[in-house]
Amino acid sequence: MSKDIIEEFTSREYEHGWTTNIEVDAAPKGLNEEIIRFISAKKNEPEWLLEWRLKAYRQWTRMKEPTWPNVKYPPIDYQDIIYYAAPKQKARPESLEDVDPELLKTFEKLGISLVEQKRLTGVAVDAVIDSVSVATTFKETLAELGIIFCSFSEAVQKHPDLVRKYMGSVVPVNDNYFAALNSAVFTDGSFCYIPKGVRCPMELSTYFRINAANTGQFERTLIIADEGSYVSYLEGCTAPMRDEHQLHAAVVEIYAMKNAHVKYSTVQNWYPGDKEGKGGIYNFVTKRGLCAGEHSKISWTQVETGSAITWKYPSCILKGDYSSGEFYSVAVTNNYQQADTGTKMIHIGKGTRSRIVSKGISAGHSQNSYRGQVHVLKRAEGARNFSQCDSLLMGDKCGAHTFPYIDVENNTAHIEHEATTSKIGEDQIFYCQQRGIDEESAVALIVNGYAREVLKQLPMEFAVEAQKLLALTLEGSVG
Amino acid sequence: MTTNAIDTNPTLLGVSSGAIDSIPSLATLRDETFRHLQEVGFPGPKNEEYKYTPLTRALEKLSLDDQEGTGTVNLADYAIPDLDATVVAFVNEKCVTSLPETEGLIVKPLQEALSEGKGINHFAKIVDAQSDAFVAWNTLAWTYGFYIEVPAGKTLTKPLVILHVSDGAVRKAARNLIVVGRNAQCTVIQMFASTGKGASYVNVVTEGFVDENARLDLYAIQADMPGQIQFNQTRVLQKDNSRVNSYAFTLGGKLVRNNLALALDGQGCESHMYGLYLLNGDTHADNHTVVDHIKPNSFSNELYKGIMDDTSRGVFNGKIYVRPNAQKTNAFQSNRNILLSTDAKVNTKPQLEIWADDVKCSHGCTTGQIDEDALFYLMARGIPRSTARAMLLYAFAGETIDAVSLPPVQQYLAQRVSQRLQRNDF
Repeated sequence: MSKDIIEEFTSREYEHGWTTNIEVDAAPKGLNEEIIRFISAKKNEPEWLLEWRLKAYRQWTRMKEPTWPNVKYPPIDYQDIIYYAAPKQKARPESLEDVDPELLKTFEKLGISLVEQKRLTGVAVDAVIDSVSVATTFKETLAELGIIFCSFSEAVQKHPDLVRKYMGSVVPVNDNYFAALNSAVFTDGSFCYIPKGVRCPMELSTYFRINAANTGQFERTLIIADEGSYVSYLEGCTAPMRDEHQLHAAVVEIYAMKNAHVKYSTVQNWYPGDKEGKGGIYNFVTKRGLCAGEHSKISWTQVETGSAITWKYPSCILKGDYSSGEFYSVAVTNNYQQADTGTKMIHIGKGTRSRIVSKGISAGHSQNSYRGQVHVLKRAEGARNFSQCDSLLMGDKCGAHTFPYIDVENNTAHIEHEATTSKIGEDQIFYCQQRGIDEESAVALIVNGYAREVLKQLPMEFAVEAQKLLALTLEGSVG
Repeated sequence: MTTNAIDTNPTLLGVSSGAIDSIPSLATLRDETFRHLQEVGFPGPKNEEYKYTPLTRALEKLSLDDQEGTGTVNLADYAIPDLDATVVAFVNEKCVTSLPETEGLIVKPLQEALSEGKGINHFAKIVDAQSDAFVAWNTLAWTYGFYIEVPAGKTLTKPLVILHVSDGAVRKAARNLIVVGRNAQCTVIQMFASTGKGASYVNVVTEGFVDENARLDLYAIQADMPGQIQFNQTRVLQKDNSRVNSYAFTLGGKLVRNNLALALDGQGCESHMYGLYLLNGDTHADNHTVVDHIKPNSFSNELYKGIMDDTSRGVFNGKIYVRPNAQKTNAFQSNRNILLSTDAKVNTKPQLEIWADDVKCSHGCTTGQIDEDALFYLMARGIPRSTARAMLLYAFAGETIDAVSLPPVQQYLAQRVSQRLQRNDF
């Protein structure tokens, strides 16, 4: 009954696929120590950071690309990537008026009008295009509270002590292949510091856009939440439609001190490639939060709809006693998309708690995997975890996979895990139809209900976008 | 699966003396398997399948030099009371009972059967000799085991018990092939035991073929085998409307690895897998199960429970595969664990891999401890703490025992488990 609808759904185009004509300042293709020195010099970086990058690069050359994820892709030629591309502009803009109007138009087209956002929604945005951060809004308002929210390069210049102390403290240089690569060549990103006892009054947001061809985007985000602070952080991403694959290897580090609470939300909508699986972004991201202090909390929420391949495990290291971690995820794959995503919850401290809710939806020829680990170490008295990972299948050519690892070394731990896989119930659709709701709306209703637990975790501004995105991809696609 | 080649010379592990050498028609298989094993070696600690179970290392460290057998094995010690069964017993590699003569049923040493061409179509076809290094080693090294054929339409009233006793330090490999014809039924119980506390290494591979409308009940009871390292691989291929019940009870041993795989290559199949691992001391038990739904409309259900005390470690890995055209599959899996001591560990990985959309699949797993409220409830009614504890643990473990279809076996297991639980040292 659903063939046409599935076809209609699978033939839908990516709506952020346009490019902008902005002049770029780029490094030559390829990766070697020279390029790293070039990037570092471009960014006017201190000596220690260059050393750090070179160390990471040397580590990387000794590492092997991981083969364990449940994804398939042709080998990546790391010498065929441009590691630095920046929109050409005279100097770092002081206010939005100085920003290249083309750039502003780009973000407006994406629905993130920086000017408008500044006026209306009260979300502070750091916009990153290709390799560099182009604009950060609301800086002054935040500065009054002592909050530092700026691009990573600016932080390196203005707050080197903080950067030096915390960079790599959560995701070490040699953590994994892509984290090492990122550490060597990262070009920009966002930096955020919330001082002791401050509750950040607005959502902080970074918007990533890959524009130039053949470039890789390697950004780095560092969030430091000092004692008793709170921040909610949003991240969004899009890229133009190109036939070749582009690499996005980001690192996000969150450091939460005593009683701090960080909420990190992502709506990932990188270009997923076309119907035949041509093009699209390889999204190989390392995201990790460290609950260093007692009673700290880190909460990850992600809505993953884009990317040809997603390889991403936002994790929490629950080191502080009574700290807690959360992971809420909706991952949608269609056509030839492949997603291998999940989380790691490492319980180290006493009384640590974690909660995992993962909802996968796969359609077309896509493969959607949940891979997660709950590890309770010996010292973690009274640790508690609840995991739920559900998969919804639409069409008979897609796959849904679950790889949960549960390692318990403490006998007072309570660990629960459950997973289900099914298609949308025909009886549910029938029930709706019987009450005068047409099939399309019924499916939208059911899918929304299915993903609700995760969507409700998103901040208002994002929840709307995410719901639209879900509705766009899923309405009427009955399995 | 990537295998880390390591420096374990397969000949050191006794490859050169297997029964397969005497069967000319299997010479190619032997050579290929040998080459393969030499190439990949035994799995190292980085191998995903053996990540938590260092079987290779345990075997490398195993010393089998100075332990004499007792020479006297009393088979009655291992009998299941009231069970009217056909028993064949092996002490080390030697059959110490006469071969059963059940009408219509063929039970023969596998070597003899294969030499006559019987079972040659199934041997090493159900279990892929190259899928696992220990299976490969078994293929090269097995010296005893049975070919069991239940002809079409035949229902075996008496279960067949194969008793594997290790006396003293031994290293041995056994291979069984069970072929159950159309509309036939049979029950095979494999029991493992070792005398004394000495080290031994037993590698058993059992292949099963269950034809249309047939039924096979398989038991593995690993109870009285202190010091034993065991690798036990079972794979059963099921045809239309067949049914397989598998039971694995691990109550002892030093290091036990059970690989159970059911391939549901037919419609309307039903498979049930029950397992209980009740571990103490430094026992390490690992259950890897795979249910492969190849055709539509089948049902599988799996329940594994574990209780770990002292420094023991339980590992569970359950995979459910649903192939692209296996629509209308219902597959369920549950793994529940209790840790009793601060040094006990459990690693569990329930895994679903699904390529068909019209399915209902679920898995669940929990790890916890005895419910203090329930304990208090019982104690408030005058039941001593230790008894209350045993009752609660039995209630937890009993679910797998209740599923046993043969009453005498059920009683035997119930008694053994509750005895263990009542002993305060557990």
